[in-house]
Amino acid sequence: MIESPPPMPAGAAKVSLFRRLLTHPTGVVSMVLLVLVALASVLAPLLATHDPNTASVQQVLAKAGSEHILGADSAGRDVFSRLLFAGQFSLAGALVALAVALILGVTAGLAAGYYGGWFDSVSSWLTGLMMALPGMVVLLAARAVVGPSMWLSMMIFGVLLSPAFFRLVYASVTAVRNELYVDAARVSGLSDVRIIGRHILTVVRAPVIIQSAMVLGIAIAIQAGLEFLGLGDRNIPTWGSMLNDGFINIFKSPTLVLWPALIIGLVCIALTLLANAMRDELERSRGPVKKSHKAAAAEAAADAEGAAEKRGAAAVVHADEPNEDAGEILLEVTDLGVGYDQPDGSTTHVVNHVNLTVRRGEVHGLVGESGSGKTQTAFSILRLLPQGGRITGGSIFFEGQDLAQLSEKEMTKVRGKRIAYIPQEPMSNLDSAFTIGSQLMEPMRVCLGISKAEARKRALSLLAKVGIPNPERTFDAYPHQISGGMAQRVLIAGAVSCEPDLLIADEPTTALDVTVQAEVLNLLRELQDELNMGVILVTHNFGVVADLCDRVTVMQTGRVVETGPVRSIFNHAQHPYTRQLLGAILEDTAPRGQYTLKELKGVAS
Amino acid sequence: MYQFVLRRLLSGVLLLFVITTVAYLLLYAGGGDIARRIVGPTASDAQVALKASQLGLDRPLVVQYWDWLTGALTGDLGRSWFNGQLVSAGVSSRLSVTLSLVLGATIIAAVVSVVVAVWAAVRRGWVDRVVQFVGVLGFAIPGFLIALGLVSLFALNLKWFKATGYVPITTSFGGWAATVTLPIVALSIGCIAAVVQQIRGSLIDALRQDYVRTLRARGLSFNRVVYKHVLRNAGGPALAVLAVQFIGLLGGAVIVEQIFALPGLGQITVAATGQGDIPVVMGVVVATAAIVVIVNLVIDLAQGWLNPKVRLS
Amino acid sequence: MTETLLDIKDVVVEYPSKGFRKEPFKALKGVSLDIRQGETVGLVGESGSGKTTLGRAVLGLAPVTGGGIKYRGREISKATRAQRRDLSHEIQVVFQDPYTSLNPSMTIEQILTEPLTVRKVGRQAANKRVAELLDQVRLPPGAAHRLPREFSGGQRQRVAIARALALDPKLIVCDEPVSALDLSTQARVMELFIEIQERTGVAYLFVSHDLAVVRHLSHRVAVMYHGEIVEWGDGEQVTGAPEHPYTQRLFMAAPIPDPDRQAQHRADRLRLLELQREQDVQAGVA
Repeated sequence: MIESPPPMPAGAAKVSLFRRLLTHPTGVVSMVLLVLVALASVLAPLLATHDPNTASVQQVLAKAGSEHILGADSAGRDVFSRLLFAGQFSLAGALVALAVALILGVTAGLAAGYYGGWFDSVSSWLTGLMMALPGMVVLLAARAVVGPSMWLSMMIFGVLLSPAFFRLVYASVTAVRNELYVDAARVSGLSDVRIIGRHILTVVRAPVIIQSAMVLGIAIAIQAGLEFLGLGDRNIPTWGSMLNDGFINIFKSPTLVLWPALIIGLVCIALTLLANAMRDELERSRGPVKKSHKAAAAEAAADAEGAAEKRGAAAVVHADEPNEDAGEILLEVTDLGVGYDQPDGSTTHVVNHVNLTVRRGEVHGLVGESGSGKTQTAFSILRLLPQGGRITGGSIFFEGQDLAQLSEKEMTKVRGKRIAYIPQEPMSNLDSAFTIGSQLMEPMRVCLGISKAEARKRALSLLAKVGIPNPERTFDAYPHQISGGMAQRVLIAGAVSCEPDLLIADEPTTALDVTVQAEVLNLLRELQDELNMGVILVTHNFGVVADLCDRVTVMQTGRVVETGPVRSIFNHAQHPYTRQLLGAILEDTAPRGQYTLKELKGVAS
Repeated sequence: MYQFVLRRLLSGVLLLFVITTVAYLLLYAGGGDIARRIVGPTASDAQVALKASQLGLDRPLVVQYWDWLTGALTGDLGRSWFNGQLVSAGVSSRLSVTLSLVLGATIIAAVVSVVVAVWAAVRRGWVDRVVQFVGVLGFAIPGFLIALGLVSLFALNLKWFKATGYVPITTSFGGWAATVTLPIVALSIGCIAAVVQQIRGSLIDALRQDYVRTLRARGLSFNRVVYKHVLRNAGGPALAVLAVQFIGLLGGAVIVEQIFALPGLGQITVAATGQGDIPVVMGVVVATAAIVVIVNLVIDLAQGWLNPKVRLS
Repeated sequence: MTETLLDIKDVVVEYPSKGFRKEPFKALKGVSLDIRQGETVGLVGESGSGKTTLGRAVLGLAPVTGGGIKYRGREISKATRAQRRDLSHEIQVVFQDPYTSLNPSMTIEQILTEPLTVRKVGRQAANKRVAELLDQVRLPPGAAHRLPREFSGGQRQRVAIARALALDPKLIVCDEPVSALDLSTQARVMELFIEIQERTGVAYLFVSHDLAVVRHLSHRVAVMYHGEIVEWGDGEQVTGAPEHPYTQRLFMAAPIPDPDRQAQHRADRLRLLELQREQDVQAGVA
């Protein structure tokens, strides 16, 4: 079968970070402010009304007026002109620090991250050493030796700032180095230089620009701080030295301190806001991965909705097998809808009009491909939908009460005790900070109100029951000390610890090796038999369905398309989607066969 | 566990040794230039040489260092070149002022940050946006500008606090509190902004972890999961950023002490730096490095307690 | 007469362990295998069996510390970067995860021309080649200027296949290329693999944990366990009547998608485990 060309998503194409920043309100304001400050500093000789260093005894602490727009300082120098010229030195000093930090940090980060080895160890150690002392103290100590040169101080500060870039680049590079697309580039024969240029620099570029804005702000602040302490070069005007002068004369002329403080504050805020705006935009541009995924699911759901309405919206329902010994109805989901609220106020529906009935003692398979809504349906029964998700309609009746209407507090009493859950990924579902034992006992003590000693006894017997060879040792172990298969057994033990009536298992064997899967399936069967639970088994694997399930419900794009006893579904599927799924099963297809048999024999003889 | 503590302790001592050695070599490498700076540019070469030999600067650097190190190990950090005071006495008498500022600011920052971050991460929505925006501002404005603002508002205009001076806590707690409140607030604002961002981020990450759903599915309430499991898992990165902030505060304290005229480490550092009083500068470096090493050790142990993987591997 | 394309002989791969003077970790403990022109060799095993490592060793991405890998008689396990560059039009790769194997910031066209630029193909020729490749993997020509994130998992895997085909290789190492895909997508991508092989005569080293996938695609199958090949031979033979106890256990563990046959299969599996346990006991006694 040849697939028809897939539908192409519209829009996209890359837009530069700068152009996107222009649409970001705080981004634009910050950029305009920074450009103005930079321009004013560069054009200081044209804009200044006075020479910044000409002192005048008559003008000492002169008030603002026609002669001095912003007044004069303690030496009678014009504040406005000094502010402009100080901008040149303050900004240039900060840029020197930034340049040194960039050159050192980025190159060392690239080399250490990409090549690793001894260079990695040495530079990581040096970085730790540099970050061990406060920058201010190091600068002061350096000042004691090298004297009051601002340029030298800023170069030293640049060295001290380089770890900020080193760590960032190093982290990005080590993350990217192991990406499969870098491996693919290596297999294609690309040289290291080319790989770094093409795949790694592009990843590092944006974060480095963001970090640069932050670092520039820090450099301006620290430089002002140093000058403020009176340790700077007295021959050049800087914002910090003006601040110093203003602070000394704060009682005589309070506004003197205001102007440099204002400009330092504004520049630092603008740089930080700009960095944040860039980060926002960058995240937004990466965002569509999820969004388009969801949107695609939504579109598909909407399509399905339309199609279903045309067909009369009916799912195929197979009759029960006549001699089936049906238990009482445990769970009845009717007309369930699940939606996610979008930032624009609309709601994306991922589950629509789903009906589902589970009886006591029945294993009910919920089958479908990704985006079919099977996991969303399971989570909504537990009332544990991910952030932003909510039940938009329908009812979930469980032993006489509608779970969809319960308060969070009432629902907490149902979870764990009456309805339990087994997740897909065993490792990430255990809290790595607590021992297996404490994680088993805590909910038991809450749900059953038993003592610690009793909980411990029960936990140990549960661990033995789920086939863990040395329960005592596992009880005291942390999650990272046991294997995935063992972790899944622990999670199963936890799920059945309060003898629930309904068990929701979300792809419980998907993350496991096939031999472990067989064991876990056996365990689930035994436990289900013993406790006579109803089970909802969410899976995409028809082998697992055949092994465990009594009934099957097939879902596609948020809807139920077919439901019935397991044999009817396997043998008499009616809905085209179910048939397509069953048709994609490989188990029964013929093996590929031998490769050019004759030639093989020719080789052998 | 003992092994873990021992290993951290050893690496801390090693770090202290390396920092002080590097600092000593860099500070004293100047040799003759140092003496020249003290006696002034107009002095004759003979005067410079005399000063150098008075201060022991004419000996080989390694010999000077060995002398200093053996002294330092017994608590003797030498004497100031200018007032002849014992460096160890000068530093330790001022340490308590700086430490009370920095520790005060750190504790306030830790408590406030956890509360605000949990609030923002759990509630999200507008609360989160406001916290984020205020956080950015708090982070962006240099601490000494905040200090200047506080001085002019609360001390000079409203006259709620004294602008300058220090009362030891042993003399009067009220007096002490009145003199350190503004400096601590000034120091802690930037710190809070940074720590809130970090905790908020790691809380949001931790809340998305699969085990949160699984624990809730087992009947634990959302609040219990947040306070017992999520906070603990978010604690590691939070402690790390707190350690970095603490080091930053030690630097920030220098300027803030100057603004509020507090007799802390910052004051002697600035004075010594201006004069080129290298034994005192060296003493401050040793004290700072020791504090940093101790704080890092404490944070490391706390990390080990929070995260069994750190402790057991 | 078919030519042996790749000859893997007693390959050992060791990764240095963390920690002082610790034994290095042996991911492969002497593995031998050969692949002929136009043939698919399936490599099955569970996690940690070393199957992915073997694929990476062939690609020069894993440190081969013993044995050798010959491509058309040329030793390649110690190839330099320059020699690898020459090999890039012979051996290519398709990885498992279609989300991380394509650089998210490059367009499909940039991704597909990357291998071509190494071979200094002109711009016009490269563009023509991209169009051909997209057609080969049944993607519309308009896909060239889009970013990977705009495609579904199956479509991305088609892009990855197109990249592998760009230099007309003779051998493609496929590392679990359909494992992350949905059932029906998986079936279509597998048909694409077969179709390409029949048309171009490329050989595959097909690594997978899924027995059914390997059985469907492979002429010959090797089963790996703890860094060794425990069974190796004709696909029908290995997947139909396995001889090694581990292979037997592995094949009995996979559930059959039919309730009645699976019930039987399950019972057979328990009997097999019982039998093997008895044999182990006897062997232990003897």
